[in-house]
Amino acid sequence: MDLLKLFSLLFTDYTVRNVALGSAIVGAVSGTIGSFALLRKQSLMGDAMSHAALPGIALVFIITGLKTPVALFLGAFGAAWLGAILIIVITRYTRVKEDSSLGIVLAVFFGFGLVLLSWIQRNRGANQAGLDKFLFGRAAAIVEADVIVMAVIATITIILVALFWKEFKLLAFDVDFAASLGFPVRVLDVLLTTLIVMGIVVGLQVVGVVLMAALIVAPAAAARQWTDRLSTMVVISAGFGAFSGAVGALLSSLARGLSTGPIIVLTASAIAIFSLFFAPNRGLIWDWLRQRSNRNRLAQDRVMEALYIMASNHGDPTHPHGLENLAAVLPHYNVKATLEKLGERGLVSMRGKYWSLTDQGVQIVEELQNDTHAAGEGSMLEGKAST
Amino acid sequence: MSNAFWIQLVGAIVAIACALPGVFLVLRRSAMISDAISHTVLFGIVVGFLVLDVDPTSPILILTAALSGLLTVWLIELLQNTKRLNSDAAIGLVFPILFSIAVILINTQIRNAHVDEDAVLLGHLIFAPVNRLVLLGINLPEGVWVMGGILLINLTFLVLFYKELKITTFDPGLAAALGISPALVHYSLMGMVSVTAVGAFDHVGAILVVALMVAPPATAYLLTNKLERMLVLSALFGAASAVAGYWVSNIFSVNVAGAMASMTGVFFILVLVFAPERGLLAQRLETAERRKRFAVEMLVVHLMAHEGQPDELEESSISHLSEQLRWQPEFAQQVVRRANRGNYINRQNGHLELTDNGRQLAQDAMRR
Amino acid sequence: MNATSYKDLPVSVEDLTVAYRYEPVLWDVDVDVPQGTLMAIVGPNGAGKSTLIKTVLGLIEPAAGRVSIYGESFKEQRNRVAYVPQRGSVDWDFPTDALDVVMMGRYGHLGWLRHPGADTRKLAMEALEKVGMQKYANRQISQLSGGQQQRVFLARALIQDAEIYLMDEPFQGVDATTERAIIEVLRALQGRGSTVVAVHHDLETVPEYFDHVLLLNVRAIACGPVEDVFTQENLRKTYGGRTDMLAAATKNVNGNP
Repeated sequence: MDLLKLFSLLFTDYTVRNVALGSAIVGAVSGTIGSFALLRKQSLMGDAMSHAALPGIALVFIITGLKTPVALFLGAFGAAWLGAILIIVITRYTRVKEDSSLGIVLAVFFGFGLVLLSWIQRNRGANQAGLDKFLFGRAAAIVEADVIVMAVIATITIILVALFWKEFKLLAFDVDFAASLGFPVRVLDVLLTTLIVMGIVVGLQVVGVVLMAALIVAPAAAARQWTDRLSTMVVISAGFGAFSGAVGALLSSLARGLSTGPIIVLTASAIAIFSLFFAPNRGLIWDWLRQRSNRNRLAQDRVMEALYIMASNHGDPTHPHGLENLAAVLPHYNVKATLEKLGERGLVSMRGKYWSLTDQGVQIVEELQNDTHAAGEGSMLEGKAST
Repeated sequence: MSNAFWIQLVGAIVAIACALPGVFLVLRRSAMISDAISHTVLFGIVVGFLVLDVDPTSPILILTAALSGLLTVWLIELLQNTKRLNSDAAIGLVFPILFSIAVILINTQIRNAHVDEDAVLLGHLIFAPVNRLVLLGINLPEGVWVMGGILLINLTFLVLFYKELKITTFDPGLAAALGISPALVHYSLMGMVSVTAVGAFDHVGAILVVALMVAPPATAYLLTNKLERMLVLSALFGAASAVAGYWVSNIFSVNVAGAMASMTGVFFILVLVFAPERGLLAQRLETAERRKRFAVEMLVVHLMAHEGQPDELEESSISHLSEQLRWQPEFAQQVVRRANRGNYINRQNGHLELTDNGRQLAQDAMRR
Repeated sequence: MNATSYKDLPVSVEDLTVAYRYEPVLWDVDVDVPQGTLMAIVGPNGAGKSTLIKTVLGLIEPAAGRVSIYGESFKEQRNRVAYVPQRGSVDWDFPTDALDVVMMGRYGHLGWLRHPGADTRKLAMEALEKVGMQKYANRQISQLSGGQQQRVFLARALIQDAEIYLMDEPFQGVDATTERAIIEVLRALQGRGSTVVAVHHDLETVPEYFDHVLLLNVRAIACGPVEDVFTQENLRKTYGGRTDMLAAATKNVNGNP
């Protein structure tokens, strides 16, 4: 199936359109709130809350018998929110640290959810198919009604983030300063946590419990690489999220067995990893290149310095020396390759087996030495050459 | 022996085997690593199964799964070391990737091959008595052999490297100075976590492994400061959760592993509230007592600070106290009565005067 | 004594006791900061210096005592007080630039639901200029040196347009240029009639930079003009036995009273 045909599905195939649209909305919401979670170092909070939602879903079904998206959403929301508050309380009031409180809430809530589900199965005759959807998402089953619910929640989230933009920014950057300005930081904290819970509970329906963590982390981590502005980061993150959702949904419609959730997560993760390496400025690849060129530059300086000092002992700065002599003085450098590069720059020349500085090379070394003396650091080689 | 016995036994062995490495995860503040590892062992099993083309029950898969646990830890650290992500984000990025690949491989490559992701996440402890294995002429449920073996490995590791584990956990700097490599100990511990997670998730599922690794050690952490005691208590809480969980599941006919995880939570909450020193209740009581003792100290310090000053009379008037020291009038009365009883102050027509005893207390309090 | 007599005092701390879980961090501290002074708070680690500043700002609830800003509670006088937190208290890898951080100083004035506009931007540029950082306005904050980051924080406090400036270790780990730039700004603030209180670590520069000093070690050991209270005797009471280093510090005072 070629690409054009794939995208034409978006307009012709009703099911694919709903799935792609729903996944894109969910991706955009996760990307938005994920940015704040990432900056507040709460990435795994999302993982814990998505697991904590299970008993809420089960309880709502036990109490009301309802299985509508809104009812299940409210149940999941309540339980996940309770989980989040418990994590905060345990961490604040006991010696148990945040990582342990996250783990306990995540696994115990989930375990209790399983207990409730197995009870439902036995006593209400419902099959466990619902659990499957919860674990791995039910993206393929998204219908128009779901898309509408998702769109409403996304709109609420985005409006709230826009309204409290400067407060959330300040909360994420400098809590104490925010409090000194008179902003109620506890209230804002709860509000932001509530938004994160909301986003997670919507996201659950598409990618499921286990992979929700990725949808919070990956788009935000990717976006952070491309910009140094919070507003741009949030927009890019939402864009990456939406793109991953839509592309994931389309790709998974290609073949049986390509579950939507994992494909969305892999798309988002691929973007994150690409960004980690290749984004301008923050990309790791530039660090490496910079390091390599620094190393090369350093090696060239050292070789020229060595040539200069050795030659000066003969009273002539362009006096030639053999490769072995140089290599003996500079055991940690690839002297031959470095000399060849210097030759290309016209700073050294080769006569037979011997290398010597050119006039231009001499000039550069002398400037170099003046610089290091001005900076108050003696050259490493001076001591060596004088002995 | 009855099925009930075997299920409880396997459950208890799983819980103890998880609790031991869990203690160190909790103390090293890397409890969420267990979440990552318990998910990515699926990746190791699936890749091992596909690449080595072995039987899905082959013990070699335990090895590939453990390796994938170590790979997870290594990748997380690699990402963290780039300084672009903190540890939380690194964990949240790495394990979903490996888990997603595993799920897609299962769905596309090995349909109907007895590896399904539901079982991976939920386990099937109730089948523990059914699968038997005869070793050395002894016929025991396979779970007893496998998990018993893993527990034995964990105990051996713990006994052999107890000193190293302890020192790298509490003071990595000192450990390095003494020539103990924190990295080596760290990866050995992570290997232990991985092997345990592989064995355990067969029975209780990947997510509930986290409950068994984190909750009992955290519960023990609320009760003791001693590492030895914490290890023993964690094992006991783990085993108790397993047994209690079995009976809950039996009585209400619900999922065994879920009930076990819930029981670890119940024990945690009980200890959280009722623990003798660090429990919320004890803290409340202790706080109330400390508050009063501290209030008496504040009173005498306040009185001493104004002794001989021009404002002495005003500052030492009883009516002034509640305003000055931010006390409710009743609380101020209580404090004055207590200080009077302790013979720290005398009441002189509406004013308070320090006794020598009180002056001494004030000096001691300030010197602290 | 009633509250009105404190109306002229920028900061008045009375019988302040702060405790963490009923263990005292500050014991019965009395401090009056006179109008227009540059006051240093000095004392050993764990003396409660940051705690005192945070309590004045209402970030920590005291166990006893009272803080008043021009005779009234901090809440009512919030807009007259600016705060410079410790540089190490925030994540400098946050995606924002110097100008944006400075603009945060106006968020309190803006109140809810309003966003900073061109006028705030102009104020922020002026503040950056005052600390010699206008060239770095659009630089990502992690790419600034420690001293430059500290100057950004100072500019953020300047834009708060307050009368009282509370600073937590503004000279911590800064280069010589920054130290001079900061002290110039502090003098300019003083010239304008503002009051500055700063936690300070370098005893040697106390007499040069400040006119008042509070010696703090859980209790207030001494508080007043530098030439009166910055004595070896008081420093020994504050720091305990480490007198050799203290002797050097007080030399400056005793040399030119």
